[in-house]
Amino acid sequence: MSDPSLPVASGAAARLREAIVAGSTTPADAVTASMQRTREVGAGRDRLNIVLWSDPDAALAEARAAARVVERGGTPGALHGVPVMVKDNIATITLPTTCGSRILEGYVSPYEATAVQRLRNAGAIVIGKTNCDEFAMGSSTEYSAWGPARNPVDPSRVPGGSSGGSAAAVAAGLVPIALGSETGGSVRQPAAFCGVVGVKPTYGRVSRWGLVAFASSLDQVGVFGRTVEDAALGLEVIAGHDPLDSTSATASVPSCRGAANESIAGLTIGRPKEYYPESLDPRIRGRCDRALEILQRLGASVEEVSLPHTELAIPVYYIIAPAEASSNLARFDGVRYGPRLEADGLRAMYEATRSGGFGPEVTRRILLGTYVLSAGYYDAYYRKAQQVRTIIAQDFRSVFEDGVDLLFTPTTPTPAFPLGSVSDPYDMYLSDIFTATANLAGVPAMSVPIGRVDGLPIGGQIIAPHFLEARMFAAAFALERALADEAHR
Amino acid sequence: MPVTNDDVRHVAALARLGVNEARLPALVAELNGILAHMEVLAQVKTAGITGATGVGAGGTPLREDRGDPIPLARPVEDIAPRVRHGFFLVPRLDSHGALGASVDDE
Repeated sequence: MSDPSLPVASGAAARLREAIVAGSTTPADAVTASMQRTREVGAGRDRLNIVLWSDPDAALAEARAAARVVERGGTPGALHGVPVMVKDNIATITLPTTCGSRILEGYVSPYEATAVQRLRNAGAIVIGKTNCDEFAMGSSTEYSAWGPARNPVDPSRVPGGSSGGSAAAVAAGLVPIALGSETGGSVRQPAAFCGVVGVKPTYGRVSRWGLVAFASSLDQVGVFGRTVEDAALGLEVIAGHDPLDSTSATASVPSCRGAANESIAGLTIGRPKEYYPESLDPRIRGRCDRALEILQRLGASVEEVSLPHTELAIPVYYIIAPAEASSNLARFDGVRYGPRLEADGLRAMYEATRSGGFGPEVTRRILLGTYVLSAGYYDAYYRKAQQVRTIIAQDFRSVFEDGVDLLFTPTTPTPAFPLGSVSDPYDMYLSDIFTATANLAGVPAMSVPIGRVDGLPIGGQIIAPHFLEARMFAAAFALERALADEAHR
Repeated sequence: MPVTNDDVRHVAALARLGVNEARLPALVAELNGILAHMEVLAQVKTAGITGATGVGAGGTPLREDRGDPIPLARPVEDIAPRVRHGFFLVPRLDSHGALGASVDDE
């Protein structure tokens, strides 16, 4: 039996693969250790509710098959034998894909997401699907039809969302790498709340094929890792052009792990003043300033910059995302997917199925999105939001063209909040206030742990220009090394 | 102009969502609460600014206008209840059960 702690160790995925390749453990042992850890921490539906769907026997069979391929002379992939988990809105052929929604209860996709296929091609073993807010609409994983997930750091608090289950799975040491999805911060915010690394790549860097669409101009598959190295490895595996996604970029994929050896000396790091408002918790401000001091000590220069339209990001985001969602979710009507609620006639069946299948937040966003697209309101809301989105993207372009190499901000305005403590929908939306801008502009961004406040993790956000993930990772590696244990206390 | 009960009924019908009348006042209040925060956008000068349609560094990449084959894990016949002439046959509505022969009845 392998060391069950191995998957949670620093740089775990790469080291676990090395141990498997060296013959000191096996893929089946790694899967068994992850399953054991899942039981130990109570990650199932009855306690933390992190993992929604798993099939241990199938995962073990897959692990043994992976071992046989290598025994017969096959080349071990970059994630050979490494257990991973995948958010429930990313299509897998071996486990259900319900998007945390009753309207997709029991649905198993007939095709696999490209990102998942690439994980498998690299030798990873998909051992579970993780809880999330319904159709990725939420910031706490409380809007899952299968009940809220809990933060393993403090189970009375949320893990963030919408990819809260994936962040919690990595934080609890179930797997070293997990996939999530981002529309307005759904990887970075839960990463910050759970004390792990979360990456939103450049729009187009990772194929969206098989990611159930929420808001197509914003959606991206993202990666969680317990360390910067694991996140870098995961991104390298899933990134790259995919002809099945028309928005997939053809840009070559850099070595994100190679960025570990890059110096950040000479880089200019912007501290956008709009992300450090007077109202920001001084302890979070202090942690961010400490991180900036470290980056400066390592040779970067820090300068205050302005992204003047930041305060408009949430209004813009919560017009554009629901508008796109109202269109994307029209397909869930009781005919093609999931359970059907019978009623008298076709329209009544649609209405009964959709009303019974969608939860309150999804219903609210579909109504909001339909409203802002409807005659008489389209220009005032939707067209206006698209124009202001152009201005927000221009803010980023300007600051990067003026010589700033990276931006550093808090990932969230608060640490993880208690379950049930945020009841006003707009207050929940404000959780994304520092993250939604990167989605609107399409630039890459990541959250790294930078310490704790009242024992709760907080994250620092690094934002880079389009397709410069390697530069972003260079700063993340440097910060992780310099902070060491301080990042988690 | 605030959202009214009729507005919510209208957009619910457009979105094919059945909204319980008892839930209507709460939904109206929630939507008005959210939309009030959007009013700030009206103050932004946007004359001459084109709406964003893509956020990629070089715009959205273009491809030849044809569909690539979808790599299905199972044959299409295993996915749908039934297939005829390459079309999916879905279960007919219960309320249409008495309206003559169904393709399912063949």
